[in-house]
Amino acid sequence: MKLSQYLLALICPVILLSASCKKNNDSIATDTKSSFNIEFENQVNGAALTLGTSTYKNAKGEDFKINVFKYYVSNVKLTKADGTVFAVPESYFLIDASKDNSKMITLNNIPTGDYTKIEYTIGVDYARNFAGAQTGALDPTNGMFWTWNSGYIFVKLEGTSPQSTAPNNALTFHIGGVLDPNNTIRTFATEINAANPLRIRMDKKPEMHFIVNAAALFTGKTDISFATLNFTMGGANSVLVANNYANGLFRLDHIHN
Amino acid sequence: MVRKSTVFAMLFLSIALMYACSKNEGELKPEEKSVIFERPSNFPDPAYNFENNMLTKAGFALGKKLFYEARLSADKSVSCGSCHQQFAAFTQLDHKVSHGVNNCQGKRNTPPLVNLAWQKAFFWDGGVKNLETSPLNAITDACEMGTDLETIVAFLKSTAPYLALFKQAFGSTEINSQLILKSITQFTGVLVSAHSRYDKVIRKETGSVFTDAEQKGYNLFKEKCASCHKEPFFTDFDYKSNGLDIISTDEGRAHITGINSDKGKFRVPTLRNIEYTSPYMHDGRFYSLDEVLEHYNSGIKASENLDPLLKNGIPLSEPEKEQIKAFLKTLTDYEFIKNTLYSET
Repeated sequence: MKLSQYLLALICPVILLSASCKKNNDSIATDTKSSFNIEFENQVNGAALTLGTSTYKNAKGEDFKINVFKYYVSNVKLTKADGTVFAVPESYFLIDASKDNSKMITLNNIPTGDYTKIEYTIGVDYARNFAGAQTGALDPTNGMFWTWNSGYIFVKLEGTSPQSTAPNNALTFHIGGVLDPNNTIRTFATEINAANPLRIRMDKKPEMHFIVNAAALFTGKTDISFATLNFTMGGANSVLVANNYANGLFRLDHIHN
Repeated sequence: MVRKSTVFAMLFLSIALMYACSKNEGELKPEEKSVIFERPSNFPDPAYNFENNMLTKAGFALGKKLFYEARLSADKSVSCGSCHQQFAAFTQLDHKVSHGVNNCQGKRNTPPLVNLAWQKAFFWDGGVKNLETSPLNAITDACEMGTDLETIVAFLKSTAPYLALFKQAFGSTEINSQLILKSITQFTGVLVSAHSRYDKVIRKETGSVFTDAEQKGYNLFKEKCASCHKEPFFTDFDYKSNGLDIISTDEGRAHITGINSDKGKFRVPTLRNIEYTSPYMHDGRFYSLDEVLEHYNSGIKASENLDPLLKNGIPLSEPEKEQIKAFLKTLTDYEFIKNTLYSET
C-alpha cells in the first residue's frame, strides 16, 4: 500500500510532464516548416556560360571571354499573398560558376505556405562587411573578401577582351563597397505568378529556377566599353556596374512545385 | 549520526580539493594562467568585446603561438611577431617600413599593436574595420607574409600539435580561417598598455608623480599636441596630413575612400611607448623624437590637405622640446613591454 503511494507520486509528475511536452509539440505542429531549392543557371545573353572558352559580345559589340564568375545572394525574404514576410535567417550563399554544387542552394526551416514574392540582396549586407571573422559562404578563403579595405566582393567577373587596354587584355570587375557614395549593395525582388506561387509544404520541396545573365554587368543603365572600363575594384565605376546588374542579373524563369 | 559524519567528510574533502586547485594555479606558467581582459579605469569602453569570441587561456595560448609562427609565411621566415616585436611595443625596431618574405620591403611603417580593442579601424589608412580581420592584410600581402588563408589552414591541419591546440581552444578538431582569426584576436586584443607612469599619475596611484620637467612637458603637450594626440590613447583615431611633403607619394586615406581631400592623410598614430617605436611617421622617415619635434617646429610643408591646425607649424623652443620629450617618455609601459604573458617563450 505504502509502496504504491510512492509509485503514484513518482509517476504523476512524469505523466504531467509528458502531457505538457506533448502539448508543446502540438502547438509547433500548427506552424510547420519545410524547405525549398533555388537553382541559378548562369548564362550570357541567352547562351550557356562556359568558363574560359566561349566568346560572347557585350552591348557595344565587343568580344569577351569569362574566366571567373562568382556572386553573393543573401538575406532572402519571402512574402505571402496576405503580405506577411519571412526573412530567412543567416541566408548567405556564394554561387561560383566553376563549382556545380554551388549553383543549387537549399533554404531550410521555411514556414509552409504559398509565397508570391521573393527578394534578396545581391551581395552582403552592410553589417557583415565589417563584422569579425566569418565562416561558410562568408569565409575569406572563398576569395571574395578584400583584405586591404574591409568588405566583400559582391560580384566578381574576370576574363579577357581584345578591346581591353589592361595588360593581357584582362577584364577585372570586382564589385563591392558599402559606403556612400560608392555603395554597391543592390536588392533584387521579383513577383511570383499567383497562379503558381512558391508552394512550400511538409511533403513538397519546390524548386525555383533563376536565369543569371553575366552580360547584365555591362548594359542596362550604362553600356560599358572594355576600351574605357576594364578594371574596377570598388569605387564609382563599380557603382556603374552595380546599377547595371541590379535589375538585369536575375530573372525568375519557372518554379517546380 | 553516521550520515552526519559522512556529510562532514564530503564537505571537508571538497574544501580540500578546492584548496588544492587554487594552490596549483600559482605554479602554472604565465600562458596557463587565466587571461583576463580588463578596461583600465582611465579608458572608455572598448570597441571590440569578447562576447562573440570568448577569451580562454587555451584560445589565447593558441593565438599567441600562431602570432609567433613563422612557418605560416610563404618562405617560412616571417611571423606576425617578426614585424611586431614586443620590445618595440609590437612594432619593428629600426625598420622604416615592414620587412617581409624574400627580404621584400613593404610600403609603410609597421604600426604598434597596442590597445587595439579600442580601435575601430586599422592600418595607416583605416582600411580594415574589424580587429579579427586585420591579420588578413599582412598574411596575403606579397611583401609581408606572402601567403593565403587556405595554405595556412592546410598547414595547421597537417602540423602537430595544432589539431590538439584548436581542440583545447574551441572544443572541436575543426581548423578554419574563422577560428584562426578568432584565436589571434584573443592574443592581439589583450595587448593592453595602461601601466605607464603617465597612467599611474592620472589614476593617482600611490607614489606616482611627474617630475617638474615632465609636468611642464605635459602642460605643453595638452596645449600644443593633444588636439590630435588625444588622451588616453594619444590619438583621436582620425586621418590627417601633418605636412610631410607638398605632394605625398603615398595616397594614404584616399586609397580607401577615393576622395581627393583624403590624399596624403594618415591615421594619427598613438604616442604610447613612443620611446621604443622609432622610426616614426607612415614611412618611417624620422629616426628620433628630436627630428619629429623639429618637423613640427620648422618643417611643416604646405601639403594639399594639410591639417588647418598645423598651418603655422607648432613653434617649440629647445627647452620646450626637452620638456615634451620628458613627458613622452612617461608613456613608456615597461609592464607591457616586458610582460612574459605576451612573450614568444
